[in-house]
Amino acid sequence: MLPTSALSKTVESRSRVNDFSIEVATVNGSGSQTANIVLMRTIFQMGVPVTGKNLFPSNIAGLPTWFQIRASARGYQARKQEIDFMICMNPETAKDDVAKVRSGAVLVYDEPLKLDALRSDLHFCPVPFQKLVAAACPEPKLQKLVKNMVYVGVAAQMLGLDLAEVKLAITKQLHGKQKAIELNQGAVQEGYDWATASASPQDRLRVERDHQTDGQIIIDGNSACALGALFAGVTVVAWYPITPSSSVVETLADYAKLYRKDPVTGKNTIAIIQMEDEIASAGVVLGAGWAGARSMTATSGPGISLMSEFIGLGYFAEIPGVFVNVARVGPSTGLPTRTSQGDVDLCARASHGDTLHICLYPGSMEECFEFTHQAFDLAERFQTPVFVVSDLDLGMQNWACRPFTYPDQPLDRGKVLDAKALETAVDWGRYRDPDGDGIPYRTLPGTPGGKGAYFTRGSGHNSHGLYSEKPEDLQELVDRLKRKFLTARTVVPEPVYAGSGGPVGILAYGSSDPAVVEARDILREAHGLETDYLRVRALPFTDAVSAFIRAREVVYVVEQNRDGQMAGLLKDFYPELATRLHSVLHYDSTAIPAQTIVDQIVTQAK
Amino acid sequence: MSTTPAPAPTNQLGLTRQDYVGSKSTLCPGCGHDAITTQIIQAAFEMNLEPHRVAKLSGIGCSSKTPAYFLAQAWGFNSVHGRAASICTGVALANRDLINLLVSGDGDSMSIGLGQLMHMIRRNVPVVYIIEDNGVYGLTKGQFSATADEGSTLKHGDVNELPALDPCTLALELGCGFVARSFSGNPKQLGVIVKAAMAYEGTALIDVISPCVTFNNHESSTRSYKNAKDHELPLQDLGFVPYYDLDEVDLAAGEAKEVGLPDGSRLTLRAIREDFDPTDRFAANKAIHEARGRGELLTGILHIETGGKTLHDYMHLVDTPMAHLPTDVSRPGPEILAECMAELM
Repeated sequence: MLPTSALSKTVESRSRVNDFSIEVATVNGSGSQTANIVLMRTIFQMGVPVTGKNLFPSNIAGLPTWFQIRASARGYQARKQEIDFMICMNPETAKDDVAKVRSGAVLVYDEPLKLDALRSDLHFCPVPFQKLVAAACPEPKLQKLVKNMVYVGVAAQMLGLDLAEVKLAITKQLHGKQKAIELNQGAVQEGYDWATASASPQDRLRVERDHQTDGQIIIDGNSACALGALFAGVTVVAWYPITPSSSVVETLADYAKLYRKDPVTGKNTIAIIQMEDEIASAGVVLGAGWAGARSMTATSGPGISLMSEFIGLGYFAEIPGVFVNVARVGPSTGLPTRTSQGDVDLCARASHGDTLHICLYPGSMEECFEFTHQAFDLAERFQTPVFVVSDLDLGMQNWACRPFTYPDQPLDRGKVLDAKALETAVDWGRYRDPDGDGIPYRTLPGTPGGKGAYFTRGSGHNSHGLYSEKPEDLQELVDRLKRKFLTARTVVPEPVYAGSGGPVGILAYGSSDPAVVEARDILREAHGLETDYLRVRALPFTDAVSAFIRAREVVYVVEQNRDGQMAGLLKDFYPELATRLHSVLHYDSTAIPAQTIVDQIVTQAK
Repeated sequence: MSTTPAPAPTNQLGLTRQDYVGSKSTLCPGCGHDAITTQIIQAAFEMNLEPHRVAKLSGIGCSSKTPAYFLAQAWGFNSVHGRAASICTGVALANRDLINLLVSGDGDSMSIGLGQLMHMIRRNVPVVYIIEDNGVYGLTKGQFSATADEGSTLKHGDVNELPALDPCTLALELGCGFVARSFSGNPKQLGVIVKAAMAYEGTALIDVISPCVTFNNHESSTRSYKNAKDHELPLQDLGFVPYYDLDEVDLAAGEAKEVGLPDGSRLTLRAIREDFDPTDRFAANKAIHEARGRGELLTGILHIETGGKTLHDYMHLVDTPMAHLPTDVSRPGPEILAECMAELM
């Protein structure tokens, strides 16, 4: 049995300098996103590790939305359930918002809401927003937007934020729109001045200047994927809009306007096409990959469902293509604007029959960049669809991270025979495996010389690409595809290990990483439980994965879905290790917090 | 005394017609599709298509098997049911130097693949798109397709009560610049139409009535050889002057309408039965509807309009195919990444 200790007391007694979370409750479509990012960016500029999470509805305007900002001197980036500083701007949710904050929290709200009647254990800060907004912005039409900047000013003053940094953040966020910058900076000043004169002061929650974020960037995972594709030399992109993946291609298109134009003609050196649906998008990816382009799509779970027939064709006919899946909550429409890791199975086995796909699981912004880049090399090396399995939490939230490193190595275009190579090729067959690694040699349409043409088909074929219904041809083919898949073990990203070789392991992947990192500290400090951690980064699993499990008595598999999909895959690949695997699951559509992991492990360890 | 056989004629590339054939057909003997294959082979030979530059694309079905039966030296891609259009769009985006030949069927294009066909036409993807139209699903043994005529019957007596979809009027509505209909039993006309389509830029749609000898060639079928023969009404006497032959031919003047094609070839259309203007999209639509009302099958070039924007124009792509872009063009350098990073700091 684990030693017990009062974790909450430990946390309470900790200094709250650079260690607290803010939540802003607003109505979507009110322009609060800009204000919230300014607040987050200010803390970032002051050198304090910070993350921001936007909990938004599947709606354009009028529904409740929340933005959570967590400052953490220890660099924790996971979502925190306890709210220390609440800004209530939405009358509809105010009652619930007040109820959920921790005792002693600061509550900033619009004065007429009279929220101080609801609880007695909070630090109340009623703000006369209407009066302040009117002073900052005489134009009624803009007041709704400016109101958000007033709360930024109030929060800045109460939390000890540097006003100059707030103003700089506004300048940064509004990209040179001078009039808007001045208006917003004025509104911040109004809120700040009011708080200095009239807010009941608090000194428990404070931001003090640090240097932990020096040299860092703020980015979302979809933009990181877009950059990864850009620097992989992607040439054909086909897509269909779907939350939460749309900004992958939209951001890529923005970069392409700057960096993928012929300097002389102004014409595009990349084809980005919005198709009529996800099926057609997948068709373009395969058609272009077959013809020699570096092709990709970005979508979410429902899109992968639609693309699955084509993905099976790509697997069976051996055509490269990159599929970025920014997972949301399913099944069906589910919660399109909330996060989950529910597409692990879907991507691993997309399509009918025996299929197994190479999947990459980025767990950070750097990995969203690197893995998307690498996916193109893998797709061409292995002549197959490759998945980058991201999710909404990575893809659409703002994260601070180190700047990305330029991928210096040459692009890996795989085993392609050109006209010259075909001249001397002996007994070339499109699906022959002369190297024994399961990877055949391909040719590209248009190759001159009269050699190398072949017929691509999703129907049964022999090693020369000829139609075949022979049982031995089929079995040879599917066995070779499995061999090819397993060959990928030698080149996919190895898992990341942290620990000291103890008996208790945690295995996780993707966006669960920040919560696991924090949970391990809590388990050690509050429960005396030392854990080792392996973060899986790819399918096929490399030998380090089975070795990690084999060396431990128990391995908790942390994931954000109901059925323990990664645990299921591990059990499929390593049935002899199945009894060591215990699932730790979080699937309520929010990003997993550290405490959930702690609680479930403590309970299971008893 | 010995006679050496006369050498087979060659085209401008020095290739014989034999260089354009594919593997042996596995379709039913007498299948209309094989007659179409023959015309594709002949047209590709006459048009001097470089086989290695041809992408043969198809979906699923009897018709979609046929790319294996022509141009063995071309790359083929038999994809999934109803989705060859998107494959073709991808191929076109990746390599604009390829010549796309797509063979589909009425089920493949007008039922499961209708959406993709429509969007392909909308984007004017460069392709010769042949629908081998027999009104039934052959490979699954004889179910009605969406082009089956109202009142048409299956072999065992089932009657199709639904109105037919017409690929040609649909293509006209969608702005397709090359719309033709032919009949696999009219090889002369079909051959000219296929050549003209190869000379065209953008989507060239050819609906070819191609009877299914096994499942839809019976007495009461409207897609039988007999029915098509009895009711075919060719619009024009078509003539085709390939781009390389212009100087040697004295074009008939007068009543024949002449259309210059993008590659320099000329198409001559001599009206046979009525005053029909193939450059008038609305007139074509009206003529097809009226003919159908009379139980007639209009064949020929229903509409032709050159000079329209194609996919490549819409995409504003450089002339170099995307697949051939050198890395220093397709991958921005480290200074660009540094610039992107600075912007995010």
